[in-house]
Amino acid sequence: MNFAREIHLAWRLLARDYRAGELALIAFAIIVAVAAVTTVGFFSSRVKQALEQQANRLLGADIVIADSRPLGPELEQGATGLGLAVTSVMRFPSMALRGDRSVLTEVKAVAPGYPLRGELRITERLFAPDRLAGTLPAPGEVWVDERLYTALELGGGGGITLGQRAFRVSAIITQEPGVEMGFLSGAPRVLLNAGDLPSTGLIQPGSRVRYRLNIAGGDTALEQYRTWARGRLQPGQRLEGIRDARPELRSALERAERFLNLAALTSVLLAAVAIALATRRYLQRHLDGCAVMRCLGARQSLITRLYVMHFTMLGLLAAVVGVAIGAATQLVLARWLGEVVAVKLPLAGIVPAVQGLLVGLLLLLGFALPPLLGLAQVPTLRVLRRELGLPKGGGALGYLIGAGVIAGMILWQAQELRFGLTVLGWLVLAMATAAALGWLLLRALGTLRSRGVSWRFGVASLQRRALGTLLQIVALGLGVMALLTLTLIRTDLLNTWRQSLPPDAPNRFIINIQRDQVAPIRDFFAGNGLPSPEVFPMVRGRLVRIGERSVAEGDYAEERARRLVTREFNLSWAPRRQADNRVVAGRFWEEGTTRVDQFSVERGLAEALGIRLGDVLTFDVAGTPVAATVTSLRSVEWDSFNVNFFVLAPPGLLDAHPATHVTSFHLAAGRVEFLNALVRTFPNIVLIDIAQTLAQVQRMIDQAARAVQFVFLFTLIAGLAVLYAAVASTQDERVYQATLLRTLGASRAQIHRAHLAEFLLIGAVAGVVAATGATGLAYFVANRFLQLQYTPDPAVWLIGVAGSALGVACAGWLGTRRVLAVPPLSVLRALG
Amino acid sequence: MSNNLAPTIIKASELGKQVTTGDAELTILSGVSFEIRAGEAVAIIGVSGSGKSTLLGLLAGLDTPSTGTVKIDGHELTALDEDGRAALRGRMVGFVFQSFQLLPAMTALENVMLPLELAGAADADAAARAMLGRVGLGDRLHHYPKQLSGGEQQRVAIARAFVTRPRLLFADEPTGNLDAATGAQVIELLFGLNRESGATLLLVTHDEMLTRRCDRILRLAGGRLI
Repeated sequence: MNFAREIHLAWRLLARDYRAGELALIAFAIIVAVAAVTTVGFFSSRVKQALEQQANRLLGADIVIADSRPLGPELEQGATGLGLAVTSVMRFPSMALRGDRSVLTEVKAVAPGYPLRGELRITERLFAPDRLAGTLPAPGEVWVDERLYTALELGGGGGITLGQRAFRVSAIITQEPGVEMGFLSGAPRVLLNAGDLPSTGLIQPGSRVRYRLNIAGGDTALEQYRTWARGRLQPGQRLEGIRDARPELRSALERAERFLNLAALTSVLLAAVAIALATRRYLQRHLDGCAVMRCLGARQSLITRLYVMHFTMLGLLAAVVGVAIGAATQLVLARWLGEVVAVKLPLAGIVPAVQGLLVGLLLLLGFALPPLLGLAQVPTLRVLRRELGLPKGGGALGYLIGAGVIAGMILWQAQELRFGLTVLGWLVLAMATAAALGWLLLRALGTLRSRGVSWRFGVASLQRRALGTLLQIVALGLGVMALLTLTLIRTDLLNTWRQSLPPDAPNRFIINIQRDQVAPIRDFFAGNGLPSPEVFPMVRGRLVRIGERSVAEGDYAEERARRLVTREFNLSWAPRRQADNRVVAGRFWEEGTTRVDQFSVERGLAEALGIRLGDVLTFDVAGTPVAATVTSLRSVEWDSFNVNFFVLAPPGLLDAHPATHVTSFHLAAGRVEFLNALVRTFPNIVLIDIAQTLAQVQRMIDQAARAVQFVFLFTLIAGLAVLYAAVASTQDERVYQATLLRTLGASRAQIHRAHLAEFLLIGAVAGVVAATGATGLAYFVANRFLQLQYTPDPAVWLIGVAGSALGVACAGWLGTRRVLAVPPLSVLRALG
Repeated sequence: MSNNLAPTIIKASELGKQVTTGDAELTILSGVSFEIRAGEAVAIIGVSGSGKSTLLGLLAGLDTPSTGTVKIDGHELTALDEDGRAALRGRMVGFVFQSFQLLPAMTALENVMLPLELAGAADADAAARAMLGRVGLGDRLHHYPKQLSGGEQQRVAIARAFVTRPRLLFADEPTGNLDAATGAQVIELLFGLNRESGATLLLVTHDEMLTRRCDRILRLAGGRLI
């Protein structure tokens, strides 16, 4: 037979199988899987983009290119050539003078178009309600932040002098995008119209100016520009997006991504289980057909080719339907979410659709096809002797291939090796636990066989089909585990996440506190009825050596690492570990330790710079080398908005070096008089308001949580598909047995009770497995990947076991009810 | 229809089949030798467990003998691999089974088309329709097996067996699942079609009526021809 005829025949076999309802379950499983994966793909890509856009508002642009020398026209022309919006910003330190008083400020000269993203908000009076600026300072005018306003007592009107030019102060800046989270180095700020800059005479050769080119626009153009610009960056120039600039936002984004990936992963897993179960049934039903085809002269290779074609077509068709459903659903979802959060979601690319198709095909080819290929091995003699099945062990290789495919897909979906491996490990553990529990139950049931005929028959069926029962328990356990995780634990996890940034999270920082002001400031808080904040010392130092190796920017390929080594670190010391820090390697020092030459390093920094436990780090602190051994690595919740440090030492190592102090606190809205009094009492301190940033992050978490909830709905459907497939997988056998029993005189009620006993038992055991797995998984995910504390909920056990038993019993009851209405003879005849 | 001048189409020489069950070796067939000429109708009879179905399986190349050889139309089956035997079956052999062995997902027409489709024949549809008309099921083309009675299912199976115009037809208890009246109709059809096509018929049966219609009887007892 030629190839075209084979394809034609495979297509007809597919059509016949489909029409006869043989493929409904497999097709449904693929469609659900692909729809879930595609929706997650489309939606999370859109949500991620939306979240990043929001984050970009804080950056003031989508991309920023920064340099310490003027940026040539090429980079700007490249951007405008791609239709991107561009504006330049220059920043430099300068003294602001008012009468005989002077304050070191950071001047920001901005050009029309600024800000490209986010809002510039101003007010005319200190701590009064603010408004959107809409324009830039007029020529001859500047806007200043509240710190400079307070420090120079500009309340009575008047102006300041910058260089050779006097300016009128016409507004106070309350919110300003493009402020790096560099509050620890931030000086009071002045916003100046770039047109006025030459008249100040401040830009001279050798001036410390940072030139920034802010760029914003559509995704495709931005991506093109990134690629184009990367090759043209001069040494010292760097290109950054939001992820490079804001650790606290990056952290929130990464958590959202992890949640979404978790949802996608679960869907993939469940779909695989559903497909495997459905295939098992298909396989059993097609043994005879294959034997007949062999008997009619079909070669093994022909049968193999026919099934490969047949299932590839099925996979493609179902995957296309799944992608279409996924695309449609995410449209609805985007509209719904858009209304709630008032954010316009950007369009998703084609990638999720391709990904969905690929997932569908991979799932099918990996999980359905290998066992099906065993069909070619059916002994032809089965046409005469029906008891002959597949050769033993033939399916094992198929399932191994399937397991390999699913493992690969999990690693791919996880996008992070460690995360993927952990999920895989959990999966294997959960399946092993499920199988072990199931086996124990089957053994224990042997002692319970004497209770009534229905019960005895139910138990006997379970024991006789021991392997099938175990498979069913494992599959059901996974399904119910997913459902539990999604319904009960998801809410807990999301709440825990939301609570990680409580309403009283710090919204103000104070820096530049002198050593002798620490106690008075704490007292000042107490005196005003506020809790005394914890104050941290801070010493600035440059990392010069890791072990014997000198640290140089050129040693690192990654942009973040290069930037980290060129800047000064804020080193601090503490007698004990902060509550929101977690030691991930080594040991944090005991309080009162006498060994002072220790460092504790933040994990991300250590990874970026290649710092390992036991390395001796040398910092240059104001010209003096300070060396100590890394004895622990910490993970830090940057988005907790508490004061945190990349590098910590025990008291005694850094105390002698010149230090300033820093603290953070929460101030309820409306307590502006406290701020005024604070600044008046301690005029040298620098007060930073991060309430806006905080609100942004809180909104982002809320949006992400909502998105995740929705995405989990699909996983829920996939879970239900698994339940259905698990119950259906033993349906044929159960129908046949029921028919035999009825022939032997059993009443319908007796058979119903026997089925009920069987399903209740399977469901209950699966429930135990599921509750164990779900609690463990939630604990692990919360602890290790989301860095949240999770408290187990006993309701998970109660609802898990009872719900699973009842759910499975109901599903089983519904499935077998219909067949009991048919006369036994027609069942026997249909089964041959 | 016996013809002493017709060529030998099946030749079994010293056929034996042993299987191992647990520690014991069980002999199902031993030293079975016979020849069947083209166009003959031969019945294999014997009590349950006498080795009838095993012998049929070996002759049709569905299983391999432990000892001895089978030649079909001069081709030694034991020298062919499974695919080679399948190809030979596809070319020359038709089957009718006790349990019909129709594919439940296919209609009567599709079941009859299947062997032609597997052989890559161009006119499968027309030939299958004609053959179903010949067995009296022209109005049941699009019925699924479960919608047909036992006798109708066996007629579909007979149509499927004859549609490829096989030179050899194997039948395993073709009336075993049917009542006497239906069984008689099926026998008429089987022998009628066989006569028309001139095929060689080899059947395993308990059915006296069937045995009487055959040219020759091979009687098996305890795995040997008697």
